[in-house]
Amino acid sequence: MSANTTPILEIRNLSISYGEGEARTRVVHDVSFSVAPGEVLALVGESGSGKTTTAQSVLGLLSGSGHIDAGSIHLNGEDISRWTEKRLRGIRGPVVSLIPQDPSNSLNPVLSVGAQVREILEIHGRLNRAEADRRVIELLTQVGLSEPELRAKQYPHELSGGMKQRVLIAIAIALKPALIIADEPTSALDVTVQRRILDLIDDLRRAYGTSLLLVTHDLGVAADRSDRLVVLQNGRIQEQGPTAEVLATPQSAYTRKLLSDAPSLAVRSARPAIDANSKPLVTVEGLSLDFGLPGGRRFRAVDNVSFTVRKGTTHAIVGESGSGKTTTIRAIAGFQKATGGTIHVGDTDVAGLSSRTLRPFRRKIQLVYQNPWGSLDPRQTIFSIVEEPLLNFDPLPKAERSQRVEAIIERVGLPTSVLSRLPHALSGGQRQRVAIARALILEPEVVVLDEAVSALDVTVQAQILALLGELQRDLGLTYIFVSHDLAVVRQIADTVSVLQNGRQVDYGPVAQIFESPASDYTRELIEAVPGRTFPHHLHLAAQTAGQGS
Amino acid sequence: MTTLETSAGLLPARTAAKEPARRTFRLSHISFGLVLAWLILGTALLWAIAPGLFTIYNPIEGVPGGQLKPPSALHLLGTDSLGRDLFARIVHGAVHSLSGAVAAVTVGLVVGTGLGLFAGAIGGRIDAVIMRFVDVLLSVPTLLLSLSIIILLGFGTLNAAIAVGATAIAGFARLMRSEVVRVRRADYVEAAFGSGGTFWNVLRRHILPNSLTSVIAYTAVQFGWAILQLSTLGFLGYGAPPPTPEWGLLIAEGRNYLATAWWLTAAPGFVVVAVVLSANRISQSIGRGR
Repeated sequence: MSANTTPILEIRNLSISYGEGEARTRVVHDVSFSVAPGEVLALVGESGSGKTTTAQSVLGLLSGSGHIDAGSIHLNGEDISRWTEKRLRGIRGPVVSLIPQDPSNSLNPVLSVGAQVREILEIHGRLNRAEADRRVIELLTQVGLSEPELRAKQYPHELSGGMKQRVLIAIAIALKPALIIADEPTSALDVTVQRRILDLIDDLRRAYGTSLLLVTHDLGVAADRSDRLVVLQNGRIQEQGPTAEVLATPQSAYTRKLLSDAPSLAVRSARPAIDANSKPLVTVEGLSLDFGLPGGRRFRAVDNVSFTVRKGTTHAIVGESGSGKTTTIRAIAGFQKATGGTIHVGDTDVAGLSSRTLRPFRRKIQLVYQNPWGSLDPRQTIFSIVEEPLLNFDPLPKAERSQRVEAIIERVGLPTSVLSRLPHALSGGQRQRVAIARALILEPEVVVLDEAVSALDVTVQAQILALLGELQRDLGLTYIFVSHDLAVVRQIADTVSVLQNGRQVDYGPVAQIFESPASDYTRELIEAVPGRTFPHHLHLAAQTAGQGS
Repeated sequence: MTTLETSAGLLPARTAAKEPARRTFRLSHISFGLVLAWLILGTALLWAIAPGLFTIYNPIEGVPGGQLKPPSALHLLGTDSLGRDLFARIVHGAVHSLSGAVAAVTVGLVVGTGLGLFAGAIGGRIDAVIMRFVDVLLSVPTLLLSLSIIILLGFGTLNAAIAVGATAIAGFARLMRSEVVRVRRADYVEAAFGSGGTFWNVLRRHILPNSLTSVIAYTAVQFGWAILQLSTLGFLGYGAPPPTPEWGLLIAEGRNYLATAWWLTAAPGFVVVAVVLSANRISQSIGRGR
């Protein structure tokens, strides 16, 4: 990028804290960077790294007790960090605009989409109603919405997540701002939708010459889409520079760690070949599952899905939201009755279980949930959470119970001191370890992991994945791993089923699925994985990571 | 609906990181109103436990010749038509009103919460039957329902309490059911079933403790409301029979002398209002504190 022009945004020694008086905590420390005209700068970091706070400060939108302690924010050469709310309002929209994180919460549900796009034109513009309406249709066409006239009259609940994000982008570009701040613009969307949205932002940015400040936790997205990279950790800049350079020769230890943990950028170590002698443990044949809809109609969530999982291997079920993957595993775990087909776990026919025989079956198969904030009872101590499955079966003496709880907690890499705490005192990664310990204490044969690492930061995710691999080797566990993230699947799975709208469109060993996918849908999913445009850096990054750690 | 649920599920994950910064003020300033509410309720409790500490007069037997005296140093709130000290009657009446209210709330809490718990936890047809029964309870005016129950059971302090408690069942059942339905959907409840928990075990270990918080706040509101209802019944002559110094009855007895001895209705009326408001204020603080 041309370095001689003045930057659109220049942040110097910015420090931000939250709270009042003694309870004040500083979350951004001495951060400086700049964004040149037409440039894409990615702000990368884990949750709590201060990346969103930094981005919010540019718009003057720090929430609640947030306060800029020191430093300056120059927008087009003017320091806006001390501006009043009224003056800031004048630049939000025409000079700098925001694409928010969660499209489902960011649109007003009682206003039509057209009215919401028109609002920004009316606030800042001098357009009359007819002109504004024409401009709305133009904008909706630009962001790639089909039938823009119809869309303008629709309400947010009538649109999909991707369409809502397009509307938000239309609002953001309406006044052709010099800088767009995109705060995790696609993290709530499916991978294929994510790619289309990022492509759209790229195209529009090129067409208008707008700069983009992209806030993301996904190093893969940053690698694909940004010119320069700022890596934040605990509110401090760890490293910044041109994206290609940072990824090829990361200077700070933290960046190296992020790189090696990011599943989309890391090199995969080949999984050992499946032992051909191992017996099939889970066999699903022709599984179908219907849900009744109001009005007597039926909705087929899972349609004729068949696969086999051998003992000691990992089978991944991949698909976008609504593809039926969660329904499939709930049927396997005995939470939902299949409409058709058979499921065998070991020699048990899951469909034939009555409520009495279902309970002993639970010892064989355990589920780990996606969200570690919802899957642990907030009122129980960690000890009673992990102990509970033991109480449900043959009574053990108290001493033996606590011994087994301690053993399993240590096995999942937690100190025994956590046992007396409540879940809210633990971090997300620790909670997920507790959930895994609870699943393992009954010594099940099959563990079903429902998006078990999706809610976690990349480094935590990498640790949990490593733990799962270790436990599988040591205990001979069989995993059924549900995920939307193909990069993770490629790392840990032996066999893969790809589901689309309830049908299995691809099934086979992981290498075969990735190298010669049978369906177009699988190909599209694989291409949508971010971080693919930097394949030649992967080896370099991994090597440096290897030396660094 | 689905998108709403998923985004709500993700939300705690995101806000958790910001929480330490926000949870800064606690106990930094205690509200004056709340202190006053606790003082009033505490005093009423002491009246009920040890009335002898507050007054030397007998609440039942009057002093001949001392009828309808205005408030003075001798009789703080004056005397009634039979020469009984009004302050003594209010102090001794506390035990009737408070124990009646406690009994009424207990009836409502136990029966209502139980119904709500089963309706929410079992679901299906049982849920429908229980909740339609609750709807019927709600559709009958509370006072009419109380009066009918008293007529069926007979007069008396305990029966009045049961009658008031019965009208509280519907509210408790509805609140409890909504909480149970919310908790029932949580992942940790499914995980508990998934690890082999029986219905009763999961109900006891997870659903009940996690649903009770708002019910406890509601109990305090109901306590104030029960005092009011019991006084209403007493005023109408359906509560404790005379000469019991029940607060509602005191107001009713003073009514005939409103023109000449207004303090006979005003004083017990003020006490009822103060205790009810205090109970509401305290319940509000419980509701906010969680």
